[in-house]
Amino acid sequence: MSFPWQSAFEIRDQVEKGAVSAVDVTRAYLDRAETLNPKLACFLSIDHEGALASAAQVDRARRDGEALGPLAGVPIAVKDNLCTRGVRTTCASKILGEYIPPYDAHVIEALRGSGAVIIGKTNLDEFAMGSSNENSAFGNVANPWDFDRAPGGSSGGSACATAAGLAPLALGSDTGGSVRQPAAFCGITAIKPTYGRVSRYGLIAFASSLDQVGPMARSVKEAATLLEVVSGYDRRDATSAQREVGAYAAACDRDVKGLRIGVVRDLLDGLQDAEVKASVEGALAALDKEGATLVDVSLPHAEHAVSVYYLIATAEASSNLARFDGIRYGLRVPGADLAETYTNTRAQGFGPEVRRRIMLGTYALSAGYYDAFYLKAQRVRTLIRRDYDTAFESCDVVCTPTTPTPAFALGEKTGNPLEMYLADIFTLPPSLAGVAAISTPSGLSSSGLPIGLQLVAPPFEEERLCTIAQAVENACGLTDKHPARLD
Amino acid sequence: MADAKITLEQVLHVAKLARLALSEDEAREMQQQLDAILGYMEGLDELDVSDVPPTFHSIPMDAPLRPDVPDRCIHRAETLAQAPQSEAGGYAVPLVLEVDS
Repeated sequence: MSFPWQSAFEIRDQVEKGAVSAVDVTRAYLDRAETLNPKLACFLSIDHEGALASAAQVDRARRDGEALGPLAGVPIAVKDNLCTRGVRTTCASKILGEYIPPYDAHVIEALRGSGAVIIGKTNLDEFAMGSSNENSAFGNVANPWDFDRAPGGSSGGSACATAAGLAPLALGSDTGGSVRQPAAFCGITAIKPTYGRVSRYGLIAFASSLDQVGPMARSVKEAATLLEVVSGYDRRDATSAQREVGAYAAACDRDVKGLRIGVVRDLLDGLQDAEVKASVEGALAALDKEGATLVDVSLPHAEHAVSVYYLIATAEASSNLARFDGIRYGLRVPGADLAETYTNTRAQGFGPEVRRRIMLGTYALSAGYYDAFYLKAQRVRTLIRRDYDTAFESCDVVCTPTTPTPAFALGEKTGNPLEMYLADIFTLPPSLAGVAAISTPSGLSSSGLPIGLQLVAPPFEEERLCTIAQAVENACGLTDKHPARLD
Repeated sequence: MADAKITLEQVLHVAKLARLALSEDEAREMQQQLDAILGYMEGLDELDVSDVPPTFHSIPMDAPLRPDVPDRCIHRAETLAQAPQSEAGGYAVPLVLEVDS
């Protein structure tokens, strides 16, 4: 029997009509997660009790005639760096292996308010640092389209769970591409909102000037709906934007006629993977046919994004992760004195990539190197931001592939950190500029691997991204295609 | 950034600053990896950015102050429940100061 690949809308609709109870939906998804998780390893914890309690609350509200929230009864998977009160939140790190937050993140409160049912916490690269999910302290995640390939990272568990139908929706976090790149590798849609659009309260910090929570789903409209639920001002995040939330789902029904798509021609022509290039060209041709206008733009400083990002993000991370010292929460490995307790705890608690990034960031901030590395990177960041300002004078969105290649093999890049970093080349510039971005599938490669298209819009223009991404999905999306090896 | 490449000695110094203990093998591997990464980053040297202001925040924002009124916060017992070791309503830590008695 094939799995009913239901959308969040179909599930909510059936729950509202009373065709099925939220508890029954939740049981079915929990069963599927239990069956497939041993193969996929996308969940670090499955919260039976919490999920069934949330579902029962939806059913009760329906019986009592209350208005149901926009995600009533819809199962959702949540990245394990978002704090969930009473439910273990590990960041896929040994240092937080048994940590149980005493509070909910802003986005978790928003989900609860919408009637969504959180079924579990998903695997990630430790502290969201990585592009393949291979830096998790608790094991690799499989790409549902090909189990020997990486699901991408760092929100690899959320992308895998969504693509494999363990939940119709997921939340991830994106610092330099961490929702977009795994979405591209797993054939789903993910939005990296404008910096400040979604509150970071309760998102365990990696690089605070870049981190954003992002929605993930198998269709653009579901991702847009989830974005509406989690967006909005929150006084507990000092960088939260005091701006009205857009009508992202409604924007999916708009026409692309007259919109100008900026094509970064030199970047596209420089692609070594012919199939990725052809896929992007195909999506552009479809947009052109629908009445959008293609214009050439350039991002002359994008080539420096890897250097800039891996200086700024690691510098911020080295500071943020100083809090993990074995005193107030998490792992403690006692030493002869306080200093040794710190070093023992951090040496045993952090994995190799996290240690490498703390080292790089500490170095970039240390006396004598601050100007040459950290400050210089922040200056080049200005040039990258200005590239977008200039591009947006002649176009409404900038279009590139999300990744230079489809999903690479597990183990392919683990021996060479620099090579892994270089694979982030297309997702880093929008993060550094703080602008809005989306990744949506533009097709499958000849070997059946998804390819992702990235669209980038000026700050707070997420509606525009949804409009154009929907047109791409209509023309060449994967909403009716699913990984074959699951049942 | 001409002499940016990192030495083993610098690696050990930075590890100390970051409160990370590295074994000899780990330190050597770290040195090689950081050297390759920093070598790649020398590419930034082709840009003259001395007149370009830094972007610490991508989106312009002020730092608003909230009214200073008392509010509920997380219960102490719930917070201390996450501590590796707690005692008498506080965090228990290794001895920091010697006190003569």
